[in-house]
Amino acid sequence: MKTKKKKVRWRRYMPLYLMMMPGMIYLIVNNYMPMSGLILAFKRFNYSLGMWKSPWVGLSNFTYLFTGNDAFQIIRNTICYNLVFIVLGTILAITVAILLNDVTNVKAKKTYQTLILIPYLISIVIVSYIVFAFLSQDSGFVNNTLLKALGKDSISWYTSPRYWPVILTFVYLWKSFGYNSIIYYATIIGIDETYYEAARIDGATRWQQVWYITLQCLKPTIITLTLLSVGRIFYSDFGLFYQVPMDSGPLLNATNTIDTYVYRALLTLNDVGRSSAAGFMQSIMGFIVVFSANLLVNKIDKENALF
Amino acid sequence: MSKKITPGVVITHTIMIALCVICIVPFLLILVSSFTDESALMMNGYSFFPEKWSTYAYTYILGGGGSNVIHGYFVSIGVTVVGTMLSILMTTLFAYPLSRKDLPFRNVFAFFVFFTMLFNGGLVPSYMMWTRIFHIKNTYAALLFPALLMNAFYVIMMRTYFSTTIPEELIEAARLDGGSEITILWKVVAPLSKPMVATLAFMIGLGYWNDWMNGLYYVTDTAYFSIQNILNRMLQDVQFLSTAAATQASMGSVVSNLPTTGIRMSVAVVGLLPIMIIYPFFQKYLVKGIMIGGVKG
Repeated sequence: MKTKKKKVRWRRYMPLYLMMMPGMIYLIVNNYMPMSGLILAFKRFNYSLGMWKSPWVGLSNFTYLFTGNDAFQIIRNTICYNLVFIVLGTILAITVAILLNDVTNVKAKKTYQTLILIPYLISIVIVSYIVFAFLSQDSGFVNNTLLKALGKDSISWYTSPRYWPVILTFVYLWKSFGYNSIIYYATIIGIDETYYEAARIDGATRWQQVWYITLQCLKPTIITLTLLSVGRIFYSDFGLFYQVPMDSGPLLNATNTIDTYVYRALLTLNDVGRSSAAGFMQSIMGFIVVFSANLLVNKIDKENALF
Repeated sequence: MSKKITPGVVITHTIMIALCVICIVPFLLILVSSFTDESALMMNGYSFFPEKWSTYAYTYILGGGGSNVIHGYFVSIGVTVVGTMLSILMTTLFAYPLSRKDLPFRNVFAFFVFFTMLFNGGLVPSYMMWTRIFHIKNTYAALLFPALLMNAFYVIMMRTYFSTTIPEELIEAARLDGGSEITILWKVVAPLSKPMVATLAFMIGLGYWNDWMNGLYYVTDTAYFSIQNILNRMLQDVQFLSTAAATQASMGSVVSNLPTTGIRMSVAVVGLLPIMIIYPFFQKYLVKGIMIGGVKG
């Protein structure tokens, strides 16, 4: 009897498991198999021996990575850019979401939504073309038109690192604020309209309504999104930091992040040791941070926790 | 809500319009430059109001001068269409069983998907695996398979959509009528999930069309370049010329191969075109998708 029941159950769910097969295989290949490759960080990789047979070297890849300025530079840049992006990005996105919600004209609202999302749709390669059109030394719009009109000398943007924290932050905000605004907007339209009515009856000003109602209701979303971004603090958008500065050497101090470092070490310098050590550090630190961030989200607002 | 025009309304619209202008104007610079006469570009640089207009760049590309661009365009279209279809198929097939509350070991499988969002091996192991075990270097598979084919986040989004919008009774009824699981998915669940499928198809398609990283990592043979890789290579050449490292001899070969500014800009415009054409039709799905998936993204 029991075995028969089991058989029926098996026959019933077999098709469902079969459906999951292609996806499972892909996740194993694309996501799980590379995890084992993290051991490369402790090996001296030899192309002819392969990953498993290459000799172990203990922590020497890490000591190699941390002697010299590289490790400090890439960790500092990755974390600092992320912090600036989180703070400014959140403020901008919330402001735009509130403004968007204030627009009562349906057509205008839809047009604004459509237009602010356009930068999000564009590949970072094309963004680099746009940035280059503005900043190119001899033909860029800024040097040739803006600075000329102001009577100022042209600036060699692609060799002056000090401008790049601002440029990259601007590009990041330009590309992402539409997307993030829509997320906050989704929360705002869910706020009970009666709160505002009650506030208006009590004589609350527009600012007071925003401060005491909108922002209070957005709090869980803000906390969740911020913690999730903090969880990604060891990761950077490779395209933004590699492509937009056009891989320019003199800018590295301001543009090198863990992701660009790993790529350059692996594919331009062929230095598997340092590259895998930096990658290992990113994977492990990233996991620890996202795990702790999620624990916090879980404490504050269970609904929005990842697990 | 009153319809009066108050200072607040004026300020709101002014700021929103200003933001929209900031979003759009940079594209105009690219568009105008692609229609600018090369000599005017050389003289005055990139400009919104060129002295002399020209359609030379486009006639050059379409007239056979840009055969590699057209080839790259077809590569991009092919990879995007095949990749998106495969990806939607795999995502749906994976998400549907996960949405079934009666599936034994459901949580184990859900965690298996979810864990990939928390932890990954990174570039070096992935690169080694794809190139040394699967030998995808310089094949079309390199543009199709690594990283993009199935995204855990989309699987979870779709599973949530299935389990919140499709009534269990409906599936149960279809099952009692003798429908197999695949028939239920195809005839009952899929038709009810069109908005979600449209949203994900747009997002996945966008990912494929805009992808240049797979090409950068795994493709060195220009015969397999997508339009993004061609754009990327031209930009690298520009950068190469501007660095002092370029020796006279190597400079010569790059200069003779490098298309003019106008042509480069027109390739960028051509690369943008499909997104701009398709976007208006998918705009509402994209907004919906961001709203559904946003918080957990």
